Order: sequence, then C-alpha cells, then structure tokens
Amino acid sequence: MLCRRVIPCLDVADGRVVKGTRFVDLVDEGDPPELAERYAVEGADELVFLDITAAPEGRGTLLDIVERTARRAFIPLTVGGGVRSVRDMRDVLRAGADKVSLNTAAVADPTLVSRCAARFGRQAVVVAIDARRAPRSAGTTAATLEPTWEVVVRGGRDATGLDVVAWAERVVDLGAGELLVTSIDRDGTRSGYDTELLRAITDRVRVPVIASGGASRPADFVAAIRDGGADAVLAASIFHRRTHSIAEVKRAMAAAGLPVRISVEAAA
Amino acid sequence: MSAPPVADATLRRPRIAVVDYGAGNLVSIDQALGRVGGDVVVARDAEALRDADALVVPGVGAPAPAMDRLARRGLVEPIVEWIAGGRPYLGICLGLQLLFEGSDEDGAKTLGIIPGRTTLLSGAPTLPHIGWNQVDRVRDHPLFDGVRPGADFYFVHSYSGSPSDPDMALATTTHGATFVSAVARDNVVGVQFHPERSGTDGLRLLRNAVELLRAGAWAAGCEPAGVA
Repeated sequence: MLCRRVIPCLDVADGRVVKGTRFVDLVDEGDPPELAERYAVEGADELVFLDITAAPEGRGTLLDIVERTARRAFIPLTVGGGVRSVRDMRDVLRAGADKVSLNTAAVADPTLVSRCAARFGRQAVVVAIDARRAPRSAGTTAATLEPTWEVVVRGGRDATGLDVVAWAERVVDLGAGELLVTSIDRDGTRSGYDTELLRAITDRVRVPVIASGGASRPADFVAAIRDGGADAVLAASIFHRRTHSIAEVKRAMAAAGLPVRISVEAAA
Repeated sequence: MSAPPVADATLRRPRIAVVDYGAGNLVSIDQALGRVGGDVVVARDAEALRDADALVVPGVGAPAPAMDRLARRGLVEPIVEWIAGGRPYLGICLGLQLLFEGSDEDGAKTLGIIPGRTTLLSGAPTLPHIGWNQVDRVRDHPLFDGVRPGADFYFVHSYSGSPSDPDMALATTTHGATFVSAVARDNVVGVQFHPERSGTDGLRLLRNAVELLRAGAWAAGCEPAGVA
C-alpha cells in the first residue's frame, strides 16, 4: 500500500534555510545539505527545497547547493523557486533534483507546465499553488456559502484573480503530476492545515496533493490526509525547531490507521 | 572502527557505465553507486561503454523522446549488443521500461529485449504513482540480500512493464492493481522503483549489485529458482 509521505520543507534564502511567518521576518534555521541529511536519517520520505529569494544572479549558487543537498540525502528532492523555462528545469534536474516545482512562472505562462511535462514527463512536474481564502462579501447567500480561494503569487504579495480549484484542474490537464498546495492564510500560523481547501482540490483531481501551511501538532498531519484527502504533508518550522519529530508525526499517522514508512534509520 | 587498509586497497571498484541521455537526475545514482563501492563513468556515447563492467540505464519520463535521444547518441545498438553479449545490465524506472517491446505511454517502439509491453497502471487511486510502496519479492535473488520482505522503495511513474513470461518477475507492488516492480533473468535486471532514492534499503540493493559485479556473479545470481 502506498505510504502517506511526511516532507520537511527547506525554504532557502541566500544559501541558508530560513523560516518566517507569512514569508516575512526570516530566521536562519541552518545549512541545507546538513538539514537534508538529518531529515533523511530521521525518516523523512522526501524533501522540498524552495529557493524563496530566487534571484536570477544567484542561480549558479543555488544549483551548487541543490547538488550538495542531493548528494547528502538518499531520498527524493523537489526543487522550486525561480524555474521559468524548460532549460531552467533541465539545469535543476541535472543538479540532482528529482522533481521541479513551478509556481509564479506557471501562472504567467501556463504552457510552461505542458512544455516541461512533454520534455521530462509529468511525474517530474509539481505545480505549487499558493491559496488565499476569499473574503465573504456582505451580500452572502446560502448559494455562496461554500468557501472559495484565490491563487496568489510572489509569496502571497500578488493576487491573480484565478480560482484555486479551477487552476488546479487546469494545470493537471496541462501536465502537472503533483500539486503542492499552500494555504497562505495558515502558513506560519500553526493553526493547522486548511482541510477544506485540500478537500476542494482532492475531490477534483487524481494527482497526488501535498498539503502545506499551518502544521502545528501531529494531529494536523492526520487531518490533512483523512479530512483533506492529501497524499503527503509538508512542514518546516516544527521540524527545524524540533517541536515535533518526523517519527512522532508518523506514529500519530500510524495510530490513525494511515500507511506510513518506518525507515530503518528512524527505527534504530 | 575502520576496515583494515589492505582489504580496502585490494577491493576492486567495478566500473559502472551510467547512461546519460539528457533526461533527469544523474547526481543521485552517481552518488549512491559511488557510496557503495562502484566507480561510475557517465556514458554519453558508445565509446564510454568500452571498459565498463556493468551498464546502468536510469531515467524518468516518456519513452519516445528517450529512444530518440539514445538513437542520436548512437547508443541503441550498443545497448542491445551489450545485453545480447550477456553482460550485466541494470535498468531503473524508464531504463527497465525501455527493455520491453513498446509502450502505451506514447506508442514508442522500445528495445524489445523482454517480451511484453509497458502499460498504464490500472485501477490506481492516484496517478502518477508517487511515493514509497511495498516491494514484495516473488522469489529469492541476491540483489535483495539483507532487505526485509516487503520493504518500501520509492516510486515515481504512471506506467509499468508487464513481461509476457511471468517467470521473469522478481517482485510485485500494488497500487490499485498489482504490477511487476522488478524483473531478473540471466544478465538483465530491472527495477521500476528508484534504489538511489530509497534510503538505506536502496543503498543495500545497490551495494549487493556492486558485490555481485565484484564477484563476477551477476548473471549467476539471476537464474530463476529451480532453473538450471
């Protein structure tokens, strides 16, 4: 049975892992390759590496850090941030990424998703969707009680006018093999994943969905999978700061009857 | 405690040609094989196969562009001849799928070394099949020595090869329906999962591969049980 994955996220700025609330007030959390190795040993099923500065002039450095990270951890690595072309994707894969995550560039040019999928296969193309819950208008009626979410880009700074569920279905049609769905409302708040957001998407697409934004307690991970229908759960600061270990999260998942991988290293 | 230096110095590092046909990540397979005692040579043309002890074809993605790129690099015939010559071959993911006759993914005609086709995973609750899943051996094989039965390995694919001859199957995995996740016969071994991304169990499998090469026992290890 396919295991539900627990994925630590490395938000990387200027070569260091950082974490802040709602993409601001960044705090240094360590060296990407070192953290990657630690998480692999602790039982992480996969790693996501997001270059949150994504400055074009920093690209060479980024590729070097991706390669050093890929060489330290024998688990899959998804890299995102600043990938704007098929050539960028090729370079990131060559540096040791197994999958590439597209976000802002896919919104700007959706054909990037199909072009990357045609070249490298859809299983290598993750589309990251940052979602913000739409405010209820004053004239809300029963017919509009269902919540809706808007796609935002540039770390939540820019609205796009795109409906999240419609965008999710579109990018899957274009060739996305996986979706990384972040609730910008919950990100960094430790108030739990937005399970309604996840369910709205997982009811409509067949590709695996990675839940992101808001993880605080092991029970939140269980809820993202059981209530949200997520295939994988991602978190950053609670792992970086050792608030909870990956093993604790997996124990909670196993106790809830979810299939998890208990790695040799973590069990030892 | 470190190993005796004499033993280290005399351990031969088998030369493993890893085919680079422009698709995806070679860093992880290079790192993993190097870690377990292999001497990796990245092969971009036939010349690079000359002194190799084994051929590894990794790769993810669609078979038609992969076959095109192999052809452009003049590698199709050398790979077929390599296998026909009984030399050690390990296919990983797409490197396994390419051994079959053809693929439903894009209609590609592939190498035709294993009778059977590559078909879409049937009944899968999610596609692509991404993540760690149990690999259940259907017979013993030295490649899996020291790996506990049903250990999880990492998969990332939507299609898998179905050998016409069920005796070729070495292991199966279930995602919706059950599919063949590893094959072995004579000198040809293939795995649909990614040992280079499968943590300790994956490294163990690759270490077993290197040790079989070092002992010159690669093909001998691949005989199906009960077949002389």
